[in-house]
Amino acid sequence: MATPAAPRLMLMILSAVFAFLYIPISVLVALSFNESGLPTAWTGFSTRWYGELMHNSDITSAALNTLIVAVVSTLLATLLGTLLAIGVEIRRRKGRFLETIIFAPMIIPDIVLAIALLSFFSLLDVTMGLHTVILSHVVFNLAFVCSVVRARLKTFDWSIVEASTDLGASTATTLRRVVVPVMLPAIVAGALLAFTLSVDEFIIAFFTAGAGRDSITLPMQIFAMIRFGVTPEINALATLVMAVSILALTLSQRLNRGGLPGQ
Amino acid sequence: MQDRKPVYLMAPALGWLTVFMVIPCLLILALAFFRRGIYGGIEYSFTLENLALVFDPLYAGIFLKSAWIAGLSAAIAVIVGYAAAYAIAAAPARRQPMLLFFAVLPFWSNYLVRTYAWIVLLNREGLITGVARLLGYDAEMPRLLYSEGAVVIGLVYNYLPFVILACYAPLSRLNPEIAEASRDLGASGWKTFRRVILPMTVPGIATGFVFVFVLSIGNFVTPALLGGGQFQMIGNLVYAQFLTANDWPFGAALSMILIGIMMGLLTLQTFATERASGARREES
Repeated sequence: MATPAAPRLMLMILSAVFAFLYIPISVLVALSFNESGLPTAWTGFSTRWYGELMHNSDITSAALNTLIVAVVSTLLATLLGTLLAIGVEIRRRKGRFLETIIFAPMIIPDIVLAIALLSFFSLLDVTMGLHTVILSHVVFNLAFVCSVVRARLKTFDWSIVEASTDLGASTATTLRRVVVPVMLPAIVAGALLAFTLSVDEFIIAFFTAGAGRDSITLPMQIFAMIRFGVTPEINALATLVMAVSILALTLSQRLNRGGLPGQ
Repeated sequence: MQDRKPVYLMAPALGWLTVFMVIPCLLILALAFFRRGIYGGIEYSFTLENLALVFDPLYAGIFLKSAWIAGLSAAIAVIVGYAAAYAIAAAPARRQPMLLFFAVLPFWSNYLVRTYAWIVLLNREGLITGVARLLGYDAEMPRLLYSEGAVVIGLVYNYLPFVILACYAPLSRLNPEIAEASRDLGASGWKTFRRVILPMTVPGIATGFVFVFVLSIGNFVTPALLGGGQFQMIGNLVYAQFLTANDWPFGAALSMILIGIMMGLLTLQTFATERASGARREES
């Protein structure tokens, strides 16, 4: 669209919106490197607060838990989501019911899925912990992997699958040797997206992790900490978490141009 | 592998979704019609009391309050987001992808972190108070954090990038000749916008509004962190039923209402989108 709308007004709007979007997080990042840790006085650049993080065992164990949850749920979701995407795209016939089920995990409010899973696990008398968080995270992760892989499959050349079958390859061989290698960038992009979503996910983890201290994930730890105010340690932790998500998602988008949901 | 294989490929994922999404959600649906046990458990007898309780003045008030905050946040986000999307779409074509990328980038960072950033700015010893002091403002500052305004700012901040994306899509597809034609026929810039551009971009606005409204009305993190427990929203109420008050059937009834609101709005949004695309088809 090339409307000759007043360029100066457009520039003002863009500057204001970008300032609104970036000032809060920039302040946070800057403060995390402030020696004094105070928001009002800059006493010099320091990585001291990052060092303190490493000695806080609550934070390191929460980070480890998050890593376990994210890695395991990403692996499971990538496998299930990729197979689902391939199956749906081969099927061609579009079923409304099927589409709804696949789309649902992305739009159900987190809080509803969270309490539904909590009720489900407790009625079945399942002891809750990291394993229940993993089972729950796979639900939305597989939907996101599936949507990324499906987007790429729209431009997939199915004739190479036919060629492989004609040459006598079994379905499993065709999948492993033909479809997966071609789709690998999209699959990795989906996995990276799932990994980030899982690392950042708070509400579902909060409800399905059980009461034990040893199944606290990083977002749960952050939530508990920020309820009681601002500390330089949280600034550093928040900066790190933000850096990890932005890195992983930028990488994911690089791998799969235009394939992220909403784009 | 064109005919019956898809079922085997889809089965594991669909099985997973059935066990860990469909069944739990149906369970919540059923739970809403059971009675609460005396000691907080669940008594398996049918009742409509939980759903009726939602309309009790106390809880209806919380619903209205949540709808007000969600509506206000969605309206602000749509106005700001639309303006931003319009400005991006009006920028030189080669710069648009970069502008869009940086508009969405904050959306990719952790929700809690983005909310926390506002605590840093708004708290009593925070940056805004500090700047006000520097500028010579010595009187007592009004409380910024733990207020309704803080919750609205937090929600707008968190969901704005999505609105920008949603509004950018139809704006970038607009044919500039249509706006030109309108101007050639003597319409002012504002009239062209209001009568030509705006109606054609309704789907983006509807998507953005519904998204922000739905995510805001069920939110419990932002009211808890930026509202500081000053007031409750539906999300906090659901949270409390499950984790502190131990009234699961009522919590389930509340979330059924949430899902109902969401589905109603999504239907409206689909309707708005279809109408807009129908209108476009008639034009061409």
